[in-house]
Amino acid sequence: MRPVLYVLSFLALIALGFWAYRENYATQAALKEVQALQREIAGLREALAIQRAEWAYLNRPDRLRELATVNFDRLGLLPMEPTQFGSAAQVAYPRARLPEISFTTDTQASGEGL
Amino acid sequence: MRTPLRPLARVLQAREDGLNPDQIERENLRLRHEAMREKSRGRAEFRLLILCLSFILAFGAIGTRMGLMAAAVPTEPRARAPGAEIVAQRADITDRNGRILATNMTTHALYAHPKVMVDPKGTAKKLAEIFPDLDPAALERRFTDGRSFVWIKRVLSPEQMQLVHEIGDPGLLFGPREMRLYPNGTLAAHVLGGASFGAEGVHSAEVIGTAGIEKAMDARLRDPARGGEPLMLSIDLSLQATVEEVLGAGMAMLNAKGAAAILMDARTGEVLALASLPNFDPNNRPNPLADRNAEPGDSPLFNRAVQGVYELGSTFKIFAAAQAMELGLVTPETMVDANAPMVWGKHRIKEFENKNYGPLLSVTDVIAKSSNVGTSHIALMIGPLRQQAFLKSLGFFDPTPLELVEAPGARPLIPKRWTEIVTITTSYGHGMSASPMHLAAAYAAIANGGVMIKPTLLKREGPTTGVRVMSEKTAMESVKMLRRVVTEGTASLGEVPGYEVAGKTGTADKVKRTGGYYKDKVINTFAAVFPASNPQYVLVVTLDEPTDTTLSQPRRTAGWTAVPVAAEIIRRVAPLMGLRPKLEPAPADALTAASN
Repeated sequence: MRPVLYVLSFLALIALGFWAYRENYATQAALKEVQALQREIAGLREALAIQRAEWAYLNRPDRLRELATVNFDRLGLLPMEPTQFGSAAQVAYPRARLPEISFTTDTQASGEGL
Repeated sequence: MRTPLRPLARVLQAREDGLNPDQIERENLRLRHEAMREKSRGRAEFRLLILCLSFILAFGAIGTRMGLMAAAVPTEPRARAPGAEIVAQRADITDRNGRILATNMTTHALYAHPKVMVDPKGTAKKLAEIFPDLDPAALERRFTDGRSFVWIKRVLSPEQMQLVHEIGDPGLLFGPREMRLYPNGTLAAHVLGGASFGAEGVHSAEVIGTAGIEKAMDARLRDPARGGEPLMLSIDLSLQATVEEVLGAGMAMLNAKGAAAILMDARTGEVLALASLPNFDPNNRPNPLADRNAEPGDSPLFNRAVQGVYELGSTFKIFAAAQAMELGLVTPETMVDANAPMVWGKHRIKEFENKNYGPLLSVTDVIAKSSNVGTSHIALMIGPLRQQAFLKSLGFFDPTPLELVEAPGARPLIPKRWTEIVTITTSYGHGMSASPMHLAAAYAAIANGGVMIKPTLLKREGPTTGVRVMSEKTAMESVKMLRRVVTEGTASLGEVPGYEVAGKTGTADKVKRTGGYYKDKVINTFAAVFPASNPQYVLVVTLDEPTDTTLSQPRRTAGWTAVPVAAEIIRRVAPLMGLRPKLEPAPADALTAASN
């Protein structure tokens, strides 16, 4: 009985060693991947920051004002005026829908029925 | 193999010899016990040895690990979740809606190791071609005089970097840099201030604020824990752009030397727009004026709205009227002496263009017509001590608490001895100087129902509390008086249909540096509150040396200069703030009165 136990525990030791070896390398690979991903994230963040800066630069009020002036023919944009405020009363109500005339359909339906 | 205690052979032998066989047994027993003791001692010693070894191993392992940890170079934990790392070394600055006012950009600095340079002369020439501001001869000298390190450029554009790469000299090297970028150019330049490099190394450089909010909030902006969280200002980019545009146009039209405008939310104390012209580009901040004799106001770096301490003229009159009403000395209808000129000791107090609005004028008309004499009499009723206390409570004796590095330096100029003549002149805004920002904060207290709220450049969350400086009734009456100034007084050009502008003009002669006043140089101010029926916003416009030359006679009163500019600003800005124009409630006519 005892030798069997020895053999079994020896085999278990080998199995555990193999498992630990595998886990070690898997962890290192995962860490490397995390590092690569983090580097990529940092790069993308940097790119994002630059694009945000560029967006702000391209949308600076001076430039938009100039563009609105240059393209006035097409866009007709003017600064906002107090007179542009409207009241809810100025908005027309949607026209009330008339009830549909159901004669024709009725006759058709009855015609089909016959 | 157990030996018997009484071996038969020896017992028989002993009996034959007449000895006691029991001795044999005892002898054997002794031997057996000795052997047993030996064995157990050996085992115990072996166990002790094992124990000792395991202790040595365990403590040895712990000790080695500790030693390794102490000696090893610290590394950042690699397996942490992303997002926790420092994103930028300096936080962004945004306006109240999150539009970027200042951000960072990665770029490169150029330096050289002349010792490893292949062709210092050619390199210097080629570099000077790329950067026209570099002198090739000086550069060559620095490359060849034996030093091993030379800074060439602090920041490079990607195109310039590519051109330098193309020179291909191994002695030219690049270091990464994070630089501050203000994408809106000159917009809100005086608020932002600017930034530059602090301690510089090859691999990185500190970015530190040099002026404005960049310097005032430097610690917050550089706090690594809050690097990803932008600093949100109370400034609104669209409002700021509009205010600067209109103010710039007004300044050019009126031939003014400079101009400033402050738009403030009276309820929260947030500054929505703060403009000072002429301005500068914070991306390329100019150097301060080298000339010692030059006035500080001549530099574009000078923030007129906050640093400019001027005599603000008649805009102060409302404070005298408000205080007198608060103390119960007068009501808006009380008639006060306004007979000009008023003689006080050796001083003569006159009205504008030597007019006489007297002999008697109601308090409302004193404000509407801007009567110096009437205000002086009101101020004398109040007395110097109470007047000082009131102005102090409105913040006129201390620098503004604005989050700008320039703000604490802009101390109002207060006469050392507060005599009665000072009481008189201060009541109409002469003799003591304050910045337009002070004026805006004080008008905000009137607009906010008498509660003084600290002005701020940072976006405020939640309700704000302040100190009550006058009753709500007084504040309301004061706004009504200010409204009268626009409807029938000196600021008639300030009327913007639908927005019920209320305000007070102020024209003050500029103070000579040598003492006395200039005859033809004025500071015009218009402090406005709108809409009058429910005051929400305060606008202060100041023009430095404006002249209206549309008529044959040049006009320099605020009513002709600052007021129309302010009116245009309100007309443009109010819709942007979503303020709906409304028709003023018509005064109850006879018919409605009868029907009621």
